[in-house]
Amino acid sequence: MDWTSWVISTVSRALAFGVPLLWGTLGEIYAERAGVVNLGVEGMMILGAFMAFAVTQSVGSPGLGLFCAAMVGGVAALVHAFLTVTLRANQYVAGLALSMFGLGLAGLLGRGWEGKPLSSTLPYLTVPGLSRIPVLGPMLFQDQTVLTYIGLVLAVLLWILLFRTRWGVAIRSVGENPATADALGINVTLVRYLCVVFGGLLAGVGGGYLSVAYRPAWTEGMTAGMGWIVIALTIFAAWDPLQAIWGAFFFGALYHLSYRLQAFLAPELLKLMPYFFAVVVLAASGFGRARWRRRAPAALGVPYVRGER
Amino acid sequence: MVGRFLGQPSDSPRPALVLLKDITKRFPGVVANDHVTFELRPGEVHALLGENGAGKTTLMNILYGLYRPDSGEIWVKGERVDIRSPRDAIRLGIGMVHQHFKLVLPHTVAENVALGLAGMPFWAPARAVAQKLRELSQRYGLPVDPERRVWELSAGEQQRVEILKALIRGAEVLILDEPTSVLTPQEAQELFKVLARMKAEGHGIIFISHKLDEVLAVADRITVMRRGKVVGTVLAQDTNKAELARMMVGREVVFRFTKTVCQPGEEALSVRDLYVRDDRGLWALKGVSFGVCRGEILGIAGIAGNGQRELVEVLTGLRPAERGKILLLGRDVTNRSPRLLSDLGCAHVPEERIRMGIVPGLSVEENLILKRHHREPFCWGGFLQTWAIRAFAQKAVEEYGIMTPSLRTPAKLLSGGNIQRLILARELSGKPVVVIAAHPTYGLDVGATEQIRQLLLRQREEGAAVLLVSEDLEEIMELADRIAVMFRGEIMGIVAAGEATLEEIGLMMAGERRPVSVRGEGT
Repeated sequence: MDWTSWVISTVSRALAFGVPLLWGTLGEIYAERAGVVNLGVEGMMILGAFMAFAVTQSVGSPGLGLFCAAMVGGVAALVHAFLTVTLRANQYVAGLALSMFGLGLAGLLGRGWEGKPLSSTLPYLTVPGLSRIPVLGPMLFQDQTVLTYIGLVLAVLLWILLFRTRWGVAIRSVGENPATADALGINVTLVRYLCVVFGGLLAGVGGGYLSVAYRPAWTEGMTAGMGWIVIALTIFAAWDPLQAIWGAFFFGALYHLSYRLQAFLAPELLKLMPYFFAVVVLAASGFGRARWRRRAPAALGVPYVRGER
Repeated sequence: MVGRFLGQPSDSPRPALVLLKDITKRFPGVVANDHVTFELRPGEVHALLGENGAGKTTLMNILYGLYRPDSGEIWVKGERVDIRSPRDAIRLGIGMVHQHFKLVLPHTVAENVALGLAGMPFWAPARAVAQKLRELSQRYGLPVDPERRVWELSAGEQQRVEILKALIRGAEVLILDEPTSVLTPQEAQELFKVLARMKAEGHGIIFISHKLDEVLAVADRITVMRRGKVVGTVLAQDTNKAELARMMVGREVVFRFTKTVCQPGEEALSVRDLYVRDDRGLWALKGVSFGVCRGEILGIAGIAGNGQRELVEVLTGLRPAERGKILLLGRDVTNRSPRLLSDLGCAHVPEERIRMGIVPGLSVEENLILKRHHREPFCWGGFLQTWAIRAFAQKAVEEYGIMTPSLRTPAKLLSGGNIQRLILARELSGKPVVVIAAHPTYGLDVGATEQIRQLLLRQREEGAAVLLVSEDLEEIMELADRIAVMFRGEIMGIVAAGEATLEEIGLMMAGERRPVSVRGEGT
């Protein structure tokens, strides 16, 4: 294999593999910008993956499958929002529970479908015209699903919403200083619910992508820890939707390489790579504390109670 | 008791801007407001004077919709209203500048002002608000840059943002809760000018304070509260400091301490070119040097957030120093543990007395021996010696006048003043060499304040070196022998207390430099 085609295929596959990471991270960024940590991403993704597979297999429509995946992610996130915002439960414990629950439930429901390939999958596109550009064409405009492009556009739109609109000011204020937002008439509870549920919708789609497009089949635990990478990516991206693009691409590349390099290195070692880098990234962001810590939403992880000052 | 009530309710033809009638509010265990009546007319500054805990802030939180009164009526511009939330209050033209600002620090000034503001466009609301903000700043003399991030602003500038936030929402009534506590004397004068301008435009201003001088300077009428009740309302021009103090405290107040002449001994604490970072990793102290001698009190003045907290923490071993040296009686103790410092005779009266001064769930007697619980006579062979602890605690409670139901009562149930007495009893036992006291009288009533100040003076007379960090300039002027002023992590100058004027210190608090004398020459 020559050098150019190796790079082209790596970039192309990294982009494809980065899709679920990007969608999940964008959702988690919104939840955390509003001040709620949701460690249940892994659970929401696997539920989305199962739902998308089951619906697509039964009805034959990957679009409907993905829609249902979004819904199931949203419902799971709604439970998290209820526990953490309304009941003010510990966000970390609730999120961990959601992940365990999602993995367990998807495993249970998916028993009958285990290992089955999907009959109708999300089509891979070749963008007319653009795909014929040398090098860039096959890198970016061939063999991608529509979710790659929606995800990229979504990242830009979500950045604009967060930093250039009235809603964005409200969301960020709720995550930084809910008491202030409350005093100025912002409904803190509503903003947090919306952001957490929105995060769940995106995580559900991210999971669904895995089972109807990337590996069109159902296997138990097929998210393989991607939800945890999403949590790390959210920090790595400094809660910025645009930076999430680079982060998702980088980790997509790592995932992909861990398959590609199997011939040269022990597969167990390679499988560790994304997680190893997640630790490296978190450690690095800990050391560069001045830059990163200032960007973390100040009220992250703290339930809001009116009147407590 | 003073029984002069002026014009309640108003007899002027224009209805009062705000009338609070017979307001009562109970919290578990206390009546915070007991049938309080308060009136604000257009174009006046009405001061609400009282000690901490007198119920001033509670009353204003009721007016601003943060609390609901148990009984009583609220009238705004002649109409009876029901204020259920700050949103209702804003709609009625009431704005409040809280003592602890309600600002989103990482956001820009414009974003803070745009938050929740009705009538802002969906896209780029900050840009739309910036224009309006500039107009208002001009009109009222409140200069502030809409593009700056709030965390970069000084406390005085942040306060301007809060006032602008209220004005842009059409506030006719502005409530200012202890507004000068974060300002230099000069900045306070600027604020008073702004208030005069607002007054002239027909706004009504409620000015909450416990400082007599500034209330007399700024207010038209003064309502004094004590223990949840209104003592009386007087015209500022008809009253004086002594009368106000009597109304506020309920007895004659002595304004002066008897203080012996300072006789500084050897240098007990010496700080050389200290560099320390804050929690965000930015420099909090940049080359701080000073010395404190036995038998003297060195006051550290300055507006909060200029490095005082980090200074106290590094001196007590709670925060690492990146450069520089700390010497305790000539011994290098830089970056040593808090326990070693404590063992060497360094006493610490921390800023946050409940969070850092006591273990709230432990009993009074356990809290009293916390520093020495691991040593004889309180501990022997790993077991606590109950009788020794009890005897020590009993003595301390009597000596320091700690009012507690029993020695076994959890410390968190004591009042603020008694918690502070407990902390001082623990820290001052066993003859400390250096006493580091951070805001020791903050939020205490007059009785406790007097006692704590006397205790610090006694330590000085007994030969301890006292470092007193306080935002209360009067306290520093009264107690300290020398005054060091901090600004943005540096010491602007050290002056002898007798020679310093308030203006001079105010200028240094705003960043003007004076020659630093590192060593104490005494007075």
